[in-house]
Amino acid sequence: MKLLLKIAARNILRNRRRSLMTGSAVAAGALAMLLFGGFANYIFAGLETNNVQRIGHLTVFRSGYFLFGAGNPAAYGIDNYRQVIDLFKHDPVVGPMIQVITPTQSLVGIAGNFTGDNDASKTFLGVGLIPSDRDRMRQWNEFRVGTVYAPDPRLSDGDETRGLIGLGLARILGLCAPLALPNCPPIPARASSSGNGVLATNEDIANLARHDLSGDAGSAPHKPQIELLAATAGGAPNVVGLTVSGSEPQGVKELDDNFIAMHLALAQQLVYGRGEHKVTGIVLQLRRSEDLASARARLTTLVKENHLQLDVRDFGELTPFYGQVVKLFGSIFLFIALVMGVIVLFAVVNTMTMNVMERTNEIGTIRAMGVRRRSIRSQFIVEGSLIGAFGATVGALLAVTIAAVLNGAGLTWVPPGNANPVPLQVDVLGRPGLIVATWVGLALVATIAALIPANRAARLSVVDALRHV
Amino acid sequence: MNNPTAFAIPTDTASAVVRLNHVEKTYRSGAIEVAALKGISFEIPMNRFSMVVGASGSGKTTLLNLIGCIDAPSSGTVEVCQQKVGELDDNMVADFRARNIGFIFQNFSLVPVLSAYENVEYPLLLVGMPAAERQERTLAMLQAVGLARQARQRPNELSGGQRQRVAIARALVKGPQIVLADEPTANLDSATGASIIELMRRVQAESRTTFIFATHDPQLMSHADETFAIRDGMLVDHTTGGGR
Repeated sequence: MKLLLKIAARNILRNRRRSLMTGSAVAAGALAMLLFGGFANYIFAGLETNNVQRIGHLTVFRSGYFLFGAGNPAAYGIDNYRQVIDLFKHDPVVGPMIQVITPTQSLVGIAGNFTGDNDASKTFLGVGLIPSDRDRMRQWNEFRVGTVYAPDPRLSDGDETRGLIGLGLARILGLCAPLALPNCPPIPARASSSGNGVLATNEDIANLARHDLSGDAGSAPHKPQIELLAATAGGAPNVVGLTVSGSEPQGVKELDDNFIAMHLALAQQLVYGRGEHKVTGIVLQLRRSEDLASARARLTTLVKENHLQLDVRDFGELTPFYGQVVKLFGSIFLFIALVMGVIVLFAVVNTMTMNVMERTNEIGTIRAMGVRRRSIRSQFIVEGSLIGAFGATVGALLAVTIAAVLNGAGLTWVPPGNANPVPLQVDVLGRPGLIVATWVGLALVATIAALIPANRAARLSVVDALRHV
Repeated sequence: MNNPTAFAIPTDTASAVVRLNHVEKTYRSGAIEVAALKGISFEIPMNRFSMVVGASGSGKTTLLNLIGCIDAPSSGTVEVCQQKVGELDDNMVADFRARNIGFIFQNFSLVPVLSAYENVEYPLLLVGMPAAERQERTLAMLQAVGLARQARQRPNELSGGQRQRVAIARALVKGPQIVLADEPTANLDSATGASIIELMRRVQAESRTTFIFATHDPQLMSHADETFAIRDGMLVDHTTGGGR
């Protein structure tokens, strides 16, 4: 084996330029795969962090909500949700995995701004949440790729009337000026076609909301207030007032034009009125993403054992976009790997074929001396493998260096689905699995490529090889 | 001169190191068949300096290839060192060559990436000799061919004569029963050729190895113990003595 490696290494050096060119092709393959793989991994981690900060790892719904709840969230409230939360939190298996467990209430309705000269209304998609839990969830950054948010003072556990709305919805409701939002134009003036009856109805809604908020309305005197109208779980119309303490742009326009986040209590008041307050979801954020499968399995067992009509879903199911991005980048990576693999394959086949041709007489000589066919085959395979390993090592070192330079350059980009730019990072060094897989993959391709000329060399007749000039 | 078709050499069969029996070798090139050897039968005794002589294309090299077990006859049997070669599979033949046969080629055929020492050591690695003994024998062999000081040099740093000396050392280092040499002096000037012949003669005398040459070099032929003349694939003459 020592002799085999010695001869292989010396033959590689003997044809320095040819070996260098082939090694460079392997290095280029490794470089492309590692840089793209590192970037893709960073995207995956960033998207996962974004999702987990927003909707946690797992959400427990009432059975049927996932498929039909969007049409009427109020009809899918979870009974006795506090007991369910306690059950999960105190379970010896899943309990220690949980970082945050918090109830949420989804709702749909109509938001209106009827203050002063305003007369704007719009359907909305709302979510009720506990502000301090939201703040804690936004601290999650297991992969150290996301933004860690400071506690958001615009929402407060102590003030149920405050809420945040999407930038698009703020624009539609004419709240750009009151909220002092940049790049947010006012509603264009238009000829009024509304009859007096409609105006009277809007004024009624506003009065009703003010009645509901009596005593609380002065808590944020400088912030605009809007009215939210929704049907209760019982089917009756209900109205609450919401003090808009800020706007939060959403990455998708449809959501941006409809989004409202509010205190859980306000959402429950709107949806359940004086009835039993329920929630549509219990969100669980885990300490580590790797616990996702085991946590989900345990929750499913707990639900079954306690005969609860609940359904457990992970963030991937709730945000199909995440899965689509993973698949898209996965496909691109596979394509790049395939192209690079083919280039490496042809480069190594070409180089090793030339080596075999040039050394045909030498093959004949050592075969005559008693070297077996198998050893001839091994000789050329080892040479191909060494070129592959050398190229892959150089490629990996280059990728790590270039990634470090890119990461230190302070570049930013806006990922799909995001509203704000984030740092552009290429995470190569933090993905040893990717480095090892790329290195092994390319070295393996080089080895397989060397098999073809190696077999040809091994099959040579000794006499023909000795005759070769 | 005897009748070529009925030529037979009476030898002491017990001391024969090579025995050919009705050996034919036909090469096929597309539809054309060329008979290189036409039913040759003879024996080569042990510990001799034997020459196979003949014009180009007479079949000398083919005969040497068969004796060296690097080619197989189209018909007939080849027995080398009391072993019928046709009974061995490919790996066994390779191992047989590694143990029993040394080759010296016209163009030296050293492994270019190995030093003189490593080239000579190579055959010993093939037979799995322990490192200490390997080193001792390699150095002794290089000493014997006068190349101890060039041990670390690569073939491209050696002269033609030095390369052929390395090739001789490589062929002899494992102590083979037979050394086959195909035109070993053809690429050398006459003075170097003479020194190489002298060296082989001396080594043969010391090692009692059977040397079989294919040559048409008269200088080399004058050293032969046995001469086998080949013409058109047939053995046409055999002379004994005169070499020593």
